[in-house]
Amino acid sequence: MLRWLKPVLALLSAVVLAWVLNTKQGDVPPVARLLSPYQGFWQNGETAADFPTQQTLHLPGLHQPVRVRFDDRRVPHIFAENDHDLYYAQGYLTARDRLWQMEFMTRVAAGRISEVVGERALEYDRFQRRMGLPFGAENSLREMLKNDTTRLVLESYSAGVNAYIGQLSPKEYPFEYKLLDYAPEPWQPLKCALLLKLMAWDLSGRSDDLRLSNILSKYGPEVTRDLFPDFPFRADPVVPEGTPLDFRPLPVPPVPAPFAAAVSGLVPSREPDAELGSNNFALAGSRTASGRPLLANDPHLQLNLPSIWYQVQLHGPGQNVYGVTIPGAPAVIIGFNADVAWGVTNVGGDVLDWYQLKFKDADRREYWHDGRWKPVRRVVERIAVRGRPDRLDTVLYTHHGPVVYDHEEKVFNQQTPIRHALRWTAHDAAGANEVLAFVKLNHARNYQDYDRALRTYASPAQNFIFASRTGDVAIRPNGRFPLKYAEQGKFILDGSDPRQDWPGWIPMSQTPRVLNPARGYVSSANQHSAGPGYPYYLGWDYAPWDRAHRINQQLSHMRRATADTLRVLQNDDLGLNAQLMLPWMLANLPAVSAASSAGPTAAATAAATTPAAPETAARRLLARWDYHYGPDAVAATLFELWYQDLLRRLWEDDFGKQATGLEMRFPARDRTNHLLLSEPASPWLDDRRTPPKETAPDLLAASFRFALDSLTRKFGPMGPQWAWANQKSTDINHLAQLPGFGHTDVWCGGSPGSVNATGPRNGPSWRMVVDLAAPVRAYGIFPGGQSGNPASVYYDDMLESWRTGQLDELVFLQAADENHPRLQAAWRLEK
Amino acid sequence: MKPFLFLFLLIFVLASLTQLLLPWWVVLPLCLGLAAWRGTSAGAAFWAGLLGVGLSWWLPAAWLNLHGAGLLAGRVATLLPLGGNSGLLVLLSGLLAGLAGGLAALSGAWLKGR
Repeated sequence: MLRWLKPVLALLSAVVLAWVLNTKQGDVPPVARLLSPYQGFWQNGETAADFPTQQTLHLPGLHQPVRVRFDDRRVPHIFAENDHDLYYAQGYLTARDRLWQMEFMTRVAAGRISEVVGERALEYDRFQRRMGLPFGAENSLREMLKNDTTRLVLESYSAGVNAYIGQLSPKEYPFEYKLLDYAPEPWQPLKCALLLKLMAWDLSGRSDDLRLSNILSKYGPEVTRDLFPDFPFRADPVVPEGTPLDFRPLPVPPVPAPFAAAVSGLVPSREPDAELGSNNFALAGSRTASGRPLLANDPHLQLNLPSIWYQVQLHGPGQNVYGVTIPGAPAVIIGFNADVAWGVTNVGGDVLDWYQLKFKDADRREYWHDGRWKPVRRVVERIAVRGRPDRLDTVLYTHHGPVVYDHEEKVFNQQTPIRHALRWTAHDAAGANEVLAFVKLNHARNYQDYDRALRTYASPAQNFIFASRTGDVAIRPNGRFPLKYAEQGKFILDGSDPRQDWPGWIPMSQTPRVLNPARGYVSSANQHSAGPGYPYYLGWDYAPWDRAHRINQQLSHMRRATADTLRVLQNDDLGLNAQLMLPWMLANLPAVSAASSAGPTAAATAAATTPAAPETAARRLLARWDYHYGPDAVAATLFELWYQDLLRRLWEDDFGKQATGLEMRFPARDRTNHLLLSEPASPWLDDRRTPPKETAPDLLAASFRFALDSLTRKFGPMGPQWAWANQKSTDINHLAQLPGFGHTDVWCGGSPGSVNATGPRNGPSWRMVVDLAAPVRAYGIFPGGQSGNPASVYYDDMLESWRTGQLDELVFLQAADENHPRLQAAWRLEK
Repeated sequence: MKPFLFLFLLIFVLASLTQLLLPWWVVLPLCLGLAAWRGTSAGAAFWAGLLGVGLSWWLPAAWLNLHGAGLLAGRVATLLPLGGNSGLLVLLSGLLAGLAGGLAALSGAWLKGR
């Protein structure tokens, strides 16, 4: 018996060890499978031999041969004989570089992350579904499949992706599948629609309705109107004020009696960033060296690896277009062809509202609307959870939309009120077809084509900028905007009152627009869409004017501009907010001794005993600053912290959660600046929590000391360590937040308020400049690379050029057999 | 040839070949069977299994580390975390598989010698 014990024990330990190493343990990957040189990540390496300069790939389902050239950035230039093959090849080649990313993002959108990582993503998944992202995607897909063009595009693209997935054996799966231990699933057109909805969430999923309702109920309508105005003091709207209307506006619905929403005290945790910071601008030929228009666009998003965008050239019947695509979605989103160029920035219009509901009883099967009880529709979501049984979740729908949280519970996203129905343009699909809009833009030859293309583009609303070789420049804040009465949806709405429902839409022919303005340029930077002369209410909370105004200032001086002139403007790091506020801040900052005697806080009193030297040096440094947020700028670090802390001290006692116990928000920067600069007696300056009556100089002194102290604690005495790039600390992370797979502390300039709006995690995700001379020349860069494979040098080969503000000239071919010094490979795809 | 050297080489060659087609844990029955068949001392069997299986990973991993997978190996070595040292990752990879192989071979030797 004992003779058996030793071998059995040894074998048992071998088997247990092998099982442990072969199985995913919680978040620890299956180590042996991951590290095996036969199956694991070592197989994901990339050598020159993996990318032959000549080859023929045999792919099922192609109708005719497709030719693909690759340039030295690995951009595929696809030449197909028919639309099916063109989008098939786009799907195939995109999947070849980005399969994991595109599939993972659709899981993020659909609320299917728990299937991969287990229970810890369950609340996230529930939230995505309760916000109705998959609901909106299914609505969109239905519309897109009704249209012959988009059905062909989506089905061909999906077939191409599936052709690639079908070729893969497990050892060839992209790295992240091995790390997270799962397998790719077949692609479907629904996934393309899900990506659109994810974009809609990122760009239009934010709402301050709850916060504004709380403010209204605490401070009343007068204060709310004063501190949260619909139009800023300093404005430079996308469509310049005074642009004549070329339509007869529809009547605007009457304003119903005010509704006092129930106060709610939730704390926000996860919601899209308030300001990402995109720019686009175009110059008419009168201002350019070539006499033809120039167009530039830099959409800003959270910076991730693999890169958000994927470059491609698509050449097929009736089109030859180049630009960036979203991996997982067909067609070019931002780009150009020989005749036109276009780009987008986000519109901050209010397209997401909350309706407070009255349920009949605790069963929540009926709700009160229009004087009677109406049935609630119940939708059961089945959420697959790795290693656990499926979870079922019932979501209630009223005619407004989904009830994101229907009873008191731990809410995942606490901007979201409980027992409120969500009304959001991302759920509406009738007549909307975003993919069709992009396909038409890809084919566009002139302004009329651009005009027609945008009619089916609904969500997320974008400032579509346009320029053509024939000399037109135009811009449109474009999308589906509900036809609202003034301030409808600025606060929580009454879900029982039909007069507060969205009555319809602003006609697509009546969205704000401008074509060939006399000033010779058009631009946008997420600011207000139009001036007060525009007949419809679109929203009140847009990005501050700084970037837009700086762009327009610079454009208005341009003569004989070239593509490089616009590249320089994209990299402009002048802070208009600092230019406006710093002189006032320095002039009103008490002298050191005065600060200590007048200061209300212990910190300021302590200043009396400490040497004044650092404060004097800091003051001198700020006075000499040129307001540029270069990477080395120490003054930028100091000003930003000083200003941010000043805002905190000004508003926290009145609108902070801790001081008031209520979920509210601070007034916009524009309103705050106005108060500081021209309302020195404003009662808001006083900190209600302290007996003395504070004034602006008191706040300035306290926040100045705070900034100096905290920077000294963080970096040591004032010196080069205080460089703006160190303080801002721009990180570009892997989508799954894997250490070692991103780049941290990228040394670059820019700030959220300057044209180069690069922040800690956000920044220009693609920079493009197009010169519409003949032949068209274009330039572009993104912070990453074409490949999604972290083993490839093409994973992040463009990052350095991006960091230093350079652009690549984009290789725009006319024919598949064209000679170009930067072409490196020629492939043939055939049946 | 010494029994250890023979067993070690046999394990190395057969483990390398079988893993081309089969999952990595095929080294368990392989080491068990070969050690039981050849019958060496327990210590020799363990080391033959560890080094034979280990080498079947060290060699291809080291080669791939120099040919295309080095960049990724450095990243994985940061993730694990091994300070970004891909050489250390090569060593660790083979050691893990080798340990399983060595234990299986030890069991085989004890079976034979029982």
